Amino acid sequence: MAIALVLVLVVVGSVLFHFLSPWWWTPIASNWDYIDNTIIITFWITGVVFAAVVLFMAYCVFRFRHREGNQAAYEPENKRLEWWLTIVTAIGVTAMLVPGLFVWNQFVSVPSDATVVEVVGQQWQWSFRLPGKDGKLGTSDTRNVSPENPLGVNASDANAQDDVVVEAADLHLPVGKPVKMLLRSIDVLHDFYVPEFRAKMDMIPGSVTYFWFTPTKTGTFQVLCAELCGQGHPLMNGVVMVDTPEDYLAWLGEQQTFAQLSAPQQVGSAE
Amino acid sequence: MVDITPADAVPPAEVAEMELYHPHSWWTKYVFSQDAKVIAIQYSATATAIGLVALVLSWLMRLQLGFPGTFDFISPEAYYQFITMHGMIMVIYLLTALFLGGFGNYLIPLMVGARDMVFPYVNMLSYWIYLLAVLVLASSFFAPGGPTGAGWTLYPPQAIMTGTPGGQDWGIILMLVSLILFIIGFTMGGLNYVVTVLQARTRGMTLMRLPLTVWGIFTATVMALLAFPALFVACVMMLFDRALGTSFFMPAIVEMGEQLQHGGGSPILFQHLFWFFGHPEVYIVALPAFGIVSDLISTHARKNIFGYRMMVWAIVGIGALSFVVWAHHMYVSGMHPYFGFFFATTTLIIAVPTAIKVYNWVLTLWRGDIHLTVPMLFALAFIVTFVNGGLTGLFLGNVVVDVPLSDTMFVVAHFHMVMGVAPILVIFGAIYHWYPKVTGRMLNEAMGQFHFWVTFLGAYLIFFPMHYIGLMGVPRRYHELTATTVMTESAHDLNAFISIMAFIVGFAQIVFLFNLIWSIRHGREAGGNPWRATTLEWQTPETPPAHGNFGKELPIVYRWAYDYSVPGAKEDFIPQNMPGSFESSREPA
Repeated sequence: MAIALVLVLVVVGSVLFHFLSPWWWTPIASNWDYIDNTIIITFWITGVVFAAVVLFMAYCVFRFRHREGNQAAYEPENKRLEWWLTIVTAIGVTAMLVPGLFVWNQFVSVPSDATVVEVVGQQWQWSFRLPGKDGKLGTSDTRNVSPENPLGVNASDANAQDDVVVEAADLHLPVGKPVKMLLRSIDVLHDFYVPEFRAKMDMIPGSVTYFWFTPTKTGTFQVLCAELCGQGHPLMNGVVMVDTPEDYLAWLGEQQTFAQLSAPQQVGSAE
Repeated sequence: MVDITPADAVPPAEVAEMELYHPHSWWTKYVFSQDAKVIAIQYSATATAIGLVALVLSWLMRLQLGFPGTFDFISPEAYYQFITMHGMIMVIYLLTALFLGGFGNYLIPLMVGARDMVFPYVNMLSYWIYLLAVLVLASSFFAPGGPTGAGWTLYPPQAIMTGTPGGQDWGIILMLVSLILFIIGFTMGGLNYVVTVLQARTRGMTLMRLPLTVWGIFTATVMALLAFPALFVACVMMLFDRALGTSFFMPAIVEMGEQLQHGGGSPILFQHLFWFFGHPEVYIVALPAFGIVSDLISTHARKNIFGYRMMVWAIVGIGALSFVVWAHHMYVSGMHPYFGFFFATTTLIIAVPTAIKVYNWVLTLWRGDIHLTVPMLFALAFIVTFVNGGLTGLFLGNVVVDVPLSDTMFVVAHFHMVMGVAPILVIFGAIYHWYPKVTGRMLNEAMGQFHFWVTFLGAYLIFFPMHYIGLMGVPRRYHELTATTVMTESAHDLNAFISIMAFIVGFAQIVFLFNLIWSIRHGREAGGNPWRATTLEWQTPETPPAHGNFGKELPIVYRWAYDYSVPGAKEDFIPQNMPGSFESSREPA
């Protein structure tokens, strides 16, 4: 008997917790409110199913609990009911899957006007590279990594010379412009994750992965590493500042290019 | 109204009566035993012992997460070692070993009406190799550098690099060797379970008369035999990468400014191999639980399981589908994004047979005669936690919803609810249910009630709120949550609450262990069939069953396993081996 009451309380408590507790997602700062909407749809469908199943159980336990002289019904199968439940479930699942795949299609289709930013992860810090005036990033290879060239940029690539290199410092992005994050690692797996942007993707040494988003709010956001990368994993924090276009250009003007950063060595070797 | 017609012709025995090995000494009777029931107890005791280690590790993790900075001895290295060993022990060495090696060994021969497993000697070897695997794993706690801290998924490259505890010490090597041994041992046992179910069923025990417990364990074993080889090769290759300097999973890497002598390997290949095993593994744990809980509900609600045939096909269907969903663990791994469409679709399709199982459990309760015994309470609690955890799987399986939630505490909450708490509740229910058969005595009811309420409500209070911490964006596998801005002050309080609940639930398990030992001597005498159940294990001439299980003559099966409350029958159950057929029985065929 107590169990019937507790089952009801589990449902009521879970629903109240969901609506009343202060723990909810951070305010969104990107275009991916589609993702939030899909989560809301999923919460509603799954919440209704959870409540229905558990409350039905509670009713059964209360109504059909053993009392002297009771006998259970004998009904091995009920084809009609089984098919109905299967079909209703399939409809519910489809109602979650279809919007999910629709949004995923957007997630993997990068807009053609997206600017490119490269993120390089290493134990346990973030660096960034932006294309220079030519709009192209130079090639790179982990084999090129050295103290003078921490990102492994290909020094003989003409496209690389004007690339802006931001080593172990904050990344700035202009608000309202779609950006394609090219993700690279030089040691282990990492994952570039900003909760407010809702998007994340692993970074794999030897490959370049990507995701895209449009920052919609100016402000300072914390970058977290979301893939276990050794004992410094929780301390691998970074900062993304989303700026107004003017602030962004001011910041960009202060940054050094790959050619500038490697210049001292080139001068030295010329002598 | 009792209407018994003479038994139909009973099909002839397909398999000759097997020659059993008869032990000559105490050693061959209790230690190097070839009796599946003894092996089952050995498996269960070993799994429980190493499981207790994993329980203590979870306490240490919760100490750190709930009260960061308070316990100096939990360094980041130690924390990652704790989570890694906790996860691996719970999934492989406890759940898999207990369901298949423990329940499989005990119940398969008894439930199908066999004298023993068909290869008793290999069955014995299976246990001893499993024990060796556990010892190798446990030895890593004492090895230089300690156990591996790579996370239970052991993703390379970090698993074998210096930035990870045990990566360049003994930890990862011992882990890989232990897994390889486990798989060898499991394969020996697994072949036994499959062949016994297929070849050694007694006369009249058709496949569609098997109790769902056997269907669950059988299907899970077939899956394990197909899935574990993927983990086996992954372990061998990583062992080569670590010990011989090969580059199966290692691309060119610069570690702390130094070029490593690796190149050309693929870290993501490991993930595919791991999850090709890892996802079926979820169902290798879940299917035996599905089967067992079906029988618990049916027996204690005195009602046939609703939709038996649908239940069997759902088990088989889930087993097959679970081999084409593995990459839903890798939506944000950087694999080709178009995989997302395929794997999200297959993953959500698998929700349909799973939902059918849930409906059929609750419909079995409908118009039943529900005895709220301790096994039944655990079965009800299983449904609650499994439905909860299964539904959050629909978040994570739906590729784009997974993007913000992946690698957060939401995932931790989800998989603990669905493949931690839910199957363990079934294990508890099953132990309360079958303990009288194993020992001849009932477990103490009061201790059982206490154990149930604390475990069920406590576990729910641990893992339900944890989803919301993940929803906030708090990543998993963080030794320090204080450095994250998404983690609010109140969320820290919630974390401390979760930790306190974890200690309380852990304490309740000590009461359970005490009950297990205390009741061997002091429990109420159970008799042969205390739950008035239909299946063959309750019809043995002796309790506990002797070597050979069924005395002189093997039982002959005349009906399905679920003839409860058949209209007109004298009792509210008809054992499977009772001759005669009831006109009112409507066994699905």
